[in-house]
This record gives sequence, structure tokens and C-alpha cells, in this order.
Amino acid sequence: MGTYVPNTQAQREAMLAALGVAKVEDLFCNVPQEMLVGENLDLPKGLSELEVRKKVTAMAAKNRVYDTVLRGAGAYRHFIPSVVKSVISREELVTAYTPYQAEISQGILQSIFEYQTMICELTGMEVSNASVYDGGTAGAEALAMCKDRKRTKAYVSATTDPNVIGTMQTYCFGSGMPLEIIPAKDGRTDLEALKAALGADAACVYVQQPNYYGNMEDAHAIGEIAHAAGAKYIMGCNPIALAVMETPAECGADVAVGEAQPLGLDIAFGGPYLGYMAATKAMFRKLPGRIVGQTHDVDGNVGYVLTLTAREQHIRREKASSNICSNQALCAFAAGVYMTAMGADGLAQAAKLSMSKAHYLADELAKIGLPRIHSGEYFHEFVTACDKLEAVLKALDDNGILGGLPVEGGILWCCTEVVSREEIDRAVAIVKEVC
Amino acid sequence: MKLIFEKGAPGQHLTLMPECDVPEVELSCARKTAPKLPHVSETELTRHYTALAKRVHGVNDGFYPLGSCTMKYNPKINEDMAALPGFTQIHPLQPVETVQGCMEVLSTTEKLLCEITGMDAMTFQPAAGAHGEFTGLLLIKAYHTHRKDTARTKIIVPDSAHGTNPASAVMAGYTVVNIPSSDDGCVDVEALRKAVGPDTAGLMLTNPNTVGIFDKNILEITKIVHEAGGLCYYDGANLNAVMGVVRPGDMGFDVIHLNLHKTFSTPHGGGGPGAGAVGCKALLKEFLPGPVVEQCPECGLYRFAQPEHSIGRVKDFYGNFDVVVRALTYVLTLGKEGIPDAAKNAVLNANYMMKRLSEKYTMAYAGPCMHEFVMTLVDLHDTTGISAMDIAKGLLDHGIHPPTMYFPLIVHEALMIEPTETESQETMDHVCDVFLQLWDLAHTDPQALHDAPTKTPVRRLDEVGAARNPVLRYVAG
Repeated sequence: MGTYVPNTQAQREAMLAALGVAKVEDLFCNVPQEMLVGENLDLPKGLSELEVRKKVTAMAAKNRVYDTVLRGAGAYRHFIPSVVKSVISREELVTAYTPYQAEISQGILQSIFEYQTMICELTGMEVSNASVYDGGTAGAEALAMCKDRKRTKAYVSATTDPNVIGTMQTYCFGSGMPLEIIPAKDGRTDLEALKAALGADAACVYVQQPNYYGNMEDAHAIGEIAHAAGAKYIMGCNPIALAVMETPAECGADVAVGEAQPLGLDIAFGGPYLGYMAATKAMFRKLPGRIVGQTHDVDGNVGYVLTLTAREQHIRREKASSNICSNQALCAFAAGVYMTAMGADGLAQAAKLSMSKAHYLADELAKIGLPRIHSGEYFHEFVTACDKLEAVLKALDDNGILGGLPVEGGILWCCTEVVSREEIDRAVAIVKEVC
Repeated sequence: MKLIFEKGAPGQHLTLMPECDVPEVELSCARKTAPKLPHVSETELTRHYTALAKRVHGVNDGFYPLGSCTMKYNPKINEDMAALPGFTQIHPLQPVETVQGCMEVLSTTEKLLCEITGMDAMTFQPAAGAHGEFTGLLLIKAYHTHRKDTARTKIIVPDSAHGTNPASAVMAGYTVVNIPSSDDGCVDVEALRKAVGPDTAGLMLTNPNTVGIFDKNILEITKIVHEAGGLCYYDGANLNAVMGVVRPGDMGFDVIHLNLHKTFSTPHGGGGPGAGAVGCKALLKEFLPGPVVEQCPECGLYRFAQPEHSIGRVKDFYGNFDVVVRALTYVLTLGKEGIPDAAKNAVLNANYMMKRLSEKYTMAYAGPCMHEFVMTLVDLHDTTGISAMDIAKGLLDHGIHPPTMYFPLIVHEALMIEPTETESQETMDHVCDVFLQLWDLAHTDPQALHDAPTKTPVRRLDEVGAARNPVLRYVAG
């Protein structure tokens, strides 16, 4: 068997002797003896590192790694600079727990303070928390932030990522918060329907920008409608797009959230990812989860601590703003390193490249009979009609290309900066042969 | 230490992005000003983050007996396996036949962890322990709702519970009923009997509990709840004491969460990502978050399925998948003998430290303990003015991470010590010596402890000031 127990049999016996106990099982004297599982534990025999490596590597080998990925829909294969993985594999960072002891956790705390600053810069908002689990849970927590005694109902655009909507619905099943989906029109939030839906109980309106179909929403107009009805306005934004598009703050949002996986995290079959949450100063005491603040030590040196903890479960218990304890600290660290490595210019460049390539792909697909099904502006994703959906995706698959995702009305395509023109041309040629 | 924003100079950058090879397009709704992100060279960048890393104490930097957090060694093989491109480069929405390996990971881990816990099914969607609690409570809620048993609105939580328990219950729409612990730190069975009724949805419990004692009345406790029509939730934060020795399923629990980042050796990354897998008995299986992984009995291929009355998803995709890879690697390594052996050594280590520290420190409860124990420093505080906080800060100057402080709330001046099985007798002897020296110092030179730490990158920080005048981001001066 494999083991990470350092004590030898002799040492264990010496420790037992010190305790005046004959065998370690005697320490389990409070456990009703008929409950002990003993030899009945049906697990395989432990293995050496070499054997485990072979076994797990064989599992990984059963997955297919595509050369070219033209699929996004909530998980995006962006370029990750080498420095990101180099930094976040430092074992001090990897193996630390939550920074409860500030004096020996300044590296983690400062990294979060820097991350919070970068998220504020990216969103234009005034305060960011230290992260939540992912974009879906960030959205669900944002809805809860906006609820008060009179305003209890959430409105979410149908153009939101279905996984995010699903997560929100589950959280609302828990809290009892009613949630209404605002229908879409031509791949965007139907503004008239939104206006008509909002009542006196409207707590908030949630919209995704760019939306699930890649389309740019009229974010200003939605914010005005929300505020006119006395509701808070939540925007769920792609962080790469934020490098170039109007910020949630500029659009009047009260809360900005989103999936920050594109900021230096692998697609990794869906996780770990990173939920970011930021808010206006008026809302910041309602933010869930950890927040790091700057302060001084007894000698006057600048230092960082977990702060405003009176919102949190370990202090407030059933009165806490959320139950969140562990978050995605190392992912936030990675995002911080990523944003530092990219800088504002690099991030804008990644956004422009992604968008330009997506437009090139859309134009080329339109030329061969796969037109966009929506009108108007889009970022790095778009939906095309496709009569031979299965055949198209199979042909691409046969050539090592993961095509777009089948959605209602056609295929949802995505390009990021890692896709070259050559790869796009090749994909289009393959599709052309099928169609 | 300077912030990254205060380093470098405008114009410094890394060369990462290629020229655009297609016609350039821009958004009409462009942001008005660029975000003020750092502008540093690669040298400056790596030095900054290396400096930050040096200002962090991880498990590999020294002893880390943070009670209830199970800071065991994080094996390197786990990291290698999680970094395989066959896992990291897989899109979560790939065709199912191209992700059979990922599904095998989920399915295999589910089987192994169900065997360890005595559960029938498991989801890996929850990203952390608290997220698992929330999910588990929603399963309980869905169960009662499905049976039209809607009067069950209360969750019973002992006053020794983790703060996440009551907070999760509220998020699941429940009212919390706190019940006091008995003098031995365990559930007051009579208080429980009085608390249950037709409004009881369930009970949340840790066993061993937060004072490190296995509740010997556990079968009676779960029976009382079941007879009242409620379900029993097991907070798996303390599973390390009993994994492979006794199973929560056999104790009468219906649903549990596991902290893969505690019990199953995956690292905690300075606060996450963790994984809060939720296991349940067959009666709750149909309510699990979807999708779940199934194996076709005929062809052997894995496929996704939606449980019949699923509560819905609690997270995008399938959870913190890459954390599950690490946990699987660990369970395969330890296996049938290694899993209970780890638990037994965790208990042995804790008892050894408890015995040695009993020489001077007062234990909140008599031993033997399980994987952790709680000391109360009330006497020390009364006689010397030295608090649990002061002892904790004194440890920092010795390169030792302090125990959990001031928890559980039922013990005053509490220090909760959990050495885990991966610490050697030599390390524990050294740490016990330091603890005993600090006890002496409290009597001979208490000011030295009030002043501690002095050797850390910063000294005691003004937390009150931080909360009163929050500075939560950098603003360029």
C-alpha cells in the first residue's frame, strides 16, 4: 500500500506506550464496536506511485484533446502565459489554508488585494470580493444580494448561459426567491417584455454581456429599465471582453459578476474555475465571501487582513450574508498573475484578436451557406444556421477540430486568440465539403 | 512590500500576443478608459510573485495543526496527475465519447468514496464544504417536498457546529434550531429529543464532533431524528478521524459532504479551490444535482443522466473536476489498508500531542480524543493575562502555524489542534516543546508574548481599523 505516514512501527509503538494504550484501536473506544467496518471495507489494494501514475494516465488518455477548439459556451481556451503556471505552482501558495493568520499569510492576502483591485479596474466597480466558486454561483449570490423585504423577485434574461440560469434556479429553490426569465428576441433580451414584466416586487435584473449567443446586449437600456422600476441591475460579463467593452459601471450596474476562467485558467473539464463579484460602494456590505483590506501592523508597516468579517458565517452563523467559506483563492491568484502578465494592452489585444477571428469565421461560414441567425453586434461567439449539423460537426471532429456547440437554431461558434487564420480556413473548407 | 501596481513603468510588458492575421474588428460600445493594470517586465513579475510566495506559510513550510482543517501533506503525484493535458485541455462540453476518461474519473471516485462513507451515490458538483452542505440540505428539502411533507421547516444544529452549518441551512430556506451540547461536548440527547417534531426537516452533525470526540450515542441520535421524520446530515469536515474505520452511512446518516481538500489530501491553495462532494443514501439519489455519470451496463461506456427529480445544478458543469483527479490519485495510492491506517495514525498523533501538552495545558474535554483536541486557556489567561491569541502569535515566531483559535464557540480561550497523520513523532515532539516553553514564558515574561510575533514579515495587524476604514483596493496616488 502507499502511505504518507512518516512514523515507523517502532515509533507508533513508542507513542502508544507513552499513552499507556496497547493498540491504536483502543483509542476508538467511543465507537460502537459493531459499527467498525474492519476487513469488510471493499476498496482495492493500495498501489505504488508508479502503478497509480500508469492507471490515472491511462484514464487521461481516454479523453480526446482537440488541436483546434471552436467551442466556448461558458468555457474558453485562451492563451495562458508560462509565468502563470510557474507562479501558482509554488508550493507555499498551493499548500496554504485560508489566511487566518495574517502575519504569515501576507503573500496570499496581498495577492487577493491586488486581484480585488484588478477586478475593480476591469469592471469599473468600487469593491470586489476575494472570489466565489464560478460564474454561475456568482450570479446566484448576486441575486441574493439584491433581495430585501419588499423587493423579493429576480428577473433573468433568457440570453444568459443556461448553466448560470440553472444554478440560479437551484439557489432560488433554496431561498424561496421567485425567479422569472425574460424572453429573448433576435438573440437579445426583449426590452419591451422586460419593461412589462417588472413589478413593485422586482429586486433585480440580471443580464449577461456579451450574452450566451455572443451578442452584445443594449446594456444601458436594460439598466435604465431596471432602475426605473426600482430594481438593482446585475451584469454578468466576460472578463476578456471587459478589456475593450463598456464596463458594468459605465452601463449603470449595481453588481458585476462573471466567470473568470478566461483569465489564465485551463478549461479542465469544467473546473476549478473562478467566480468574480464586484459592486458599488452602496452595495459592498452585501457582498458574500471574503474581502481583504489594507491596514497597518503595530510598527506602522502596511499589511493586509481578512476584513468586514461580520458579514460571514463563522461570525454571524445563521445571520450571515452567505455560507461561503472556502473560495477559489489559487484561481484568483492565477487570474491576478494573468492580468499582470497581459497588462491592459495585452488583454485588449486578446479581446480584439478573439473578436476579429470570430468575425472572420462568421464571414467565411456565411459565404458557404451558414449565415448568422441573429443580427447586430457580437463579440467572439455567434450562432449560425446549419442544416447538416451532425455531419458538419463529425467532419470537423474527424480532422481534430472541436466545432461549435449545437444550440436551438443552429451552432454556437467561438474563436479566441489561439486560433489562427490557417486553422479557421481549414475548418471552413471541411464544412464546405459537407454542406 | 510594494504592490504590483507600484512596480515597473508604463511601456514595460511581456510579449505574448501575435499580430492579427485577419481583418480587425472593434466594438462600437468601447470602454472609455483602459483598466489600470500593472505594467511590468517578466523579471519584475516573477520576482514580485516569488516574494509574495515567500510571505506565505504552507504545509511544506512547517507544522500546520489547524483544527478542523486537516492540513495533511499534499502528495506531489496528485499535482502531476491533475496537470495531465488529457484532463486540463478537455472542454466540458465535448461530445461524451471524447470525455470517457474524465467520466471514468468521476465514476471511479464516486464508487470508492461511497464505499468509504457507506453512501449509495455521490455528486462532485459542489465546489467546497459549505457548498456541499447547501447541496445536501437541498436534497433533504426536495425529499420532504416530493413527499408533500411541507411542514418540515427546521434544521437542528448543535451549538458546537461549524458556522457554515446554520448559514447553509438558512440559504436552503430553513429555520435553524440550535441545541446545546452536553458537558462532554457531545449531543445532549434529551435536548435533541425535545427539539425534534413534525417540523423537523433534519439534523446537521459532525462526528467526531468539533471538540474531537466521537459521539458514542450516534445511533440513538440518528434514530431520534428518523423517528421524528427528519433526515440526518453528516458534515464531513472531520472524516479523517474515521475514514475506513467506521462509515457515516452505518451511523445512520442519509447525506454527507466530504472536503476533498481536507480528508483526501488535495491542497487548499490559500483558501481554495476545494471540492465538497456530496454523497447520499438511495432514498435521496433521485434528487441529486444533474448531470450525473452512469455506466452503460451493456457497452461499458459512460454517459450523462439527469436524476428524475433533480434539485438542478449547483454549479456550472461538473464541479472542481481537477480536484477530484487529485483525490482519486490519493485513494488509489492508499487503498484498502492505507485509508484506515491514515485515520488511525491521525488519531494516534492527536492523542500523543494531547498527552504531552496535558503536562501544562488544560484540556477542554478528557481523552482519548479522535483526530483533534481542544485546549482551554482560561486558567492561563486568568493567571498570566496570556490569551489563546497570544500563544498562537508566539508560535508564529517558531515557524509553526497556530491551531484553530476560539473555536468551537462552546469552549472559552480555545485552541483546537489537529496534527494529522502525516506528521512525525519528531516534529510533534518539537512542537510540544515549543508549546510548553510558551507556557513558561507566559508566566516569566508575559510581555514577550503580548509583543509576539516579532520575526514575521509583518507583526500584529490592526483588524479593527481595517474594518472601520475599509481600504479594499489600490488607488494610484
